[in-house]
Amino acid sequence: MAALLLWIPLMPLLSSLLLLLAGARLGERPVALLGVGSVALSALFSLAAILSFSASDGVAWGIETLPWFSALGLEVGFSLHFDGLSAVMVGVITGVGLLIHLYSVAYMAGDADFARFFAYLNLFVAMMLILVLAGDFLLLYLGWEGVGLCSFLLIGFWYRQPENGYAARKAFVVTRIGDVALALGLLILVQQFGMLNIQDSVDQARQLWPGSDLAGWVALLLLGGAVGKSAQLPLQTWLPDAMAGPTPVSALIHAATMVTAGVYLIARTQGIFMLAPQVLQLVALVGAMTLFLAACSALVQHDLKRILAYSTISQIGYMFFALGTGAFSAAVFHLMTHAFFKALLFLAAGQVIMSLHHEQDTRRMGGLLRPMPFSALCFAIGCAALAALPLTSGFYSKDAILLQAYAQGGAGFAWWLALAGALVTALYSLRLFVRLFLGDCRTLPEPDNRPLLCWPLGILCLLALFGALIPQPLHDVFSAAPQAHVPLPVHLLVLAMPVIGLVAGIWLLLRHRDWRQAFATGALARWWRAGWGFDVLYDWLLVRPLLWLARVNRRDLADLPVQLLVWTSRICHQGLSRLQSGRLRHYAVGIVGGAVLILAVVL
Amino acid sequence: MTELPVEHGLLFAAALFCIGLVGVLIRRNLIFILMSLELMLNATAFVFVLGGALHGNADGQVMFLMILTLAAAEIAVALALVVHLYRRYRSLDADRLEAMKG
Repeated sequence: MAALLLWIPLMPLLSSLLLLLAGARLGERPVALLGVGSVALSALFSLAAILSFSASDGVAWGIETLPWFSALGLEVGFSLHFDGLSAVMVGVITGVGLLIHLYSVAYMAGDADFARFFAYLNLFVAMMLILVLAGDFLLLYLGWEGVGLCSFLLIGFWYRQPENGYAARKAFVVTRIGDVALALGLLILVQQFGMLNIQDSVDQARQLWPGSDLAGWVALLLLGGAVGKSAQLPLQTWLPDAMAGPTPVSALIHAATMVTAGVYLIARTQGIFMLAPQVLQLVALVGAMTLFLAACSALVQHDLKRILAYSTISQIGYMFFALGTGAFSAAVFHLMTHAFFKALLFLAAGQVIMSLHHEQDTRRMGGLLRPMPFSALCFAIGCAALAALPLTSGFYSKDAILLQAYAQGGAGFAWWLALAGALVTALYSLRLFVRLFLGDCRTLPEPDNRPLLCWPLGILCLLALFGALIPQPLHDVFSAAPQAHVPLPVHLLVLAMPVIGLVAGIWLLLRHRDWRQAFATGALARWWRAGWGFDVLYDWLLVRPLLWLARVNRRDLADLPVQLLVWTSRICHQGLSRLQSGRLRHYAVGIVGGAVLILAVVL
Repeated sequence: MTELPVEHGLLFAAALFCIGLVGVLIRRNLIFILMSLELMLNATAFVFVLGGALHGNADGQVMFLMILTLAAAEIAVALALVVHLYRRYRSLDADRLEAMKG
């Protein structure tokens, strides 16, 4: 079975290489076959691996495949590791990835760069699989940077519009800040323990580091990397702009998989985080703050995809909050259900956007319930799961987070914030649905109901509703949280929060249109709409000083030696080229002069 | 018969060579440049003959014959080139071949 593991990331990688090299010469049909087929095979292998993994009572596999390189006594190989956490991640990536690939075939049909799109998308899946299957830190880092690269390539996929390129660069640079922190953290680990294997390093840390400051620093640096990749405070500004990419990309990379890599990283190295309780508290605080701020921003956005982007940030905030409070399995559980319902929402949004001739502004939508009942159903299910209405998958995972967090740490500031976030989530989910499907029809849709668009949506609907039933073999990965008693009122409060939000939303909608109007045009809403002003803040704090410095330092002293070299070679060049006059007699003079000179020297 | 001193012969050869050299350097007509080249070749050939006479063997004259054939071959190629250049430029001025620099 171990050899099977290698083929899971290898299939999309090979297909991606093939598409990059020869894709331009293939027609749409072979490209689609290759792009989707490789991910389908990978999904099949994953399923086989997961089944045989659970059949063998969840014993983690670690395999060494090929040697990569060795330097300074450090042997580096492509070692893979497969345990419950990897199983969940691989299942989500290949499963949701396959559905999104299928959807993309219809969504991207007719695009001039069809082959390039699938090459990037396959490369992304391969890198993401390497990231979650990696047995050592170097391979994990390879996957980590690989998905960052693919994210950059796909955000700027339609590179002819300059703003798409800007969004891609912004995403790349902002996540790079986190990546530097991650690299530093990994380097400290390698330097301290002299090995790359993740499990062994974490075990070593557990034995050697209790009470040492180093654990805290490493955990902090790892958190830095996770915060950048998962768009959490304070590096969250890139994700709303990342919506410039094609919608399937937003669904796959910027909602379901890549942005949850930070959650995976912290869950994977939780042994180190456990040694640093302060950092763990910081994780919870970051998550709670992010989830609340992003939920408020989602409440006032106009752009359909930006609403979903902010809600993604907010939901990942929940995962971080869960990680920080020690509810690791709840975090991974929410990661999975979120992948289902957010992919559903994004793909349904893609269908709506296509039907409305690439209109993304929700102010110009409305009344789509009658012409597009299937999309409305998808949105209804997606929004219900997002708002965590009872019996949807999102309900189980979010309840698990809030209850476990309460059981671990009681009702602190972060917990109340998370609870308030649940209320706001219900509000903006309702607002999203109402804006799109009720009210007056402002843009006439041309419903696009190709089967390749609808089938993945249908399956995702089922997953969003019943995905919580999928068992998660996580008991061996995370030490079981001590069971603590959660009082019944708290239980009821958590249960009721989304419903309260929903009822309050309907009440506002029916009774107090004027309040809503006043709020939507107010300063607070403007501030929230701009993402709490973080972009402006960073612009003044970082971008402008840097540009100013670059302008001032344009004639850099350090450039002088280089310039000198340029001048010298230019003068020599001009002198030599003047010698080549083309006159025969000048050359003869040169020969004679040279001969005379040699004679004079010799005699 | 009184023997000529070797120096006289060498001076004569040097003078001949210099005349040829100056001709190559200052004439612009390609034909005259070729003729001057021949003059220079003859000057060197003369030194060979002189050397052969001095040492009393035939090697010098053998060399002279070889230079003669060499010169004939060279002039054949050179004249063919000159004919072609004349067809192209309608002139035998060496300085007008400037345009051929690479």
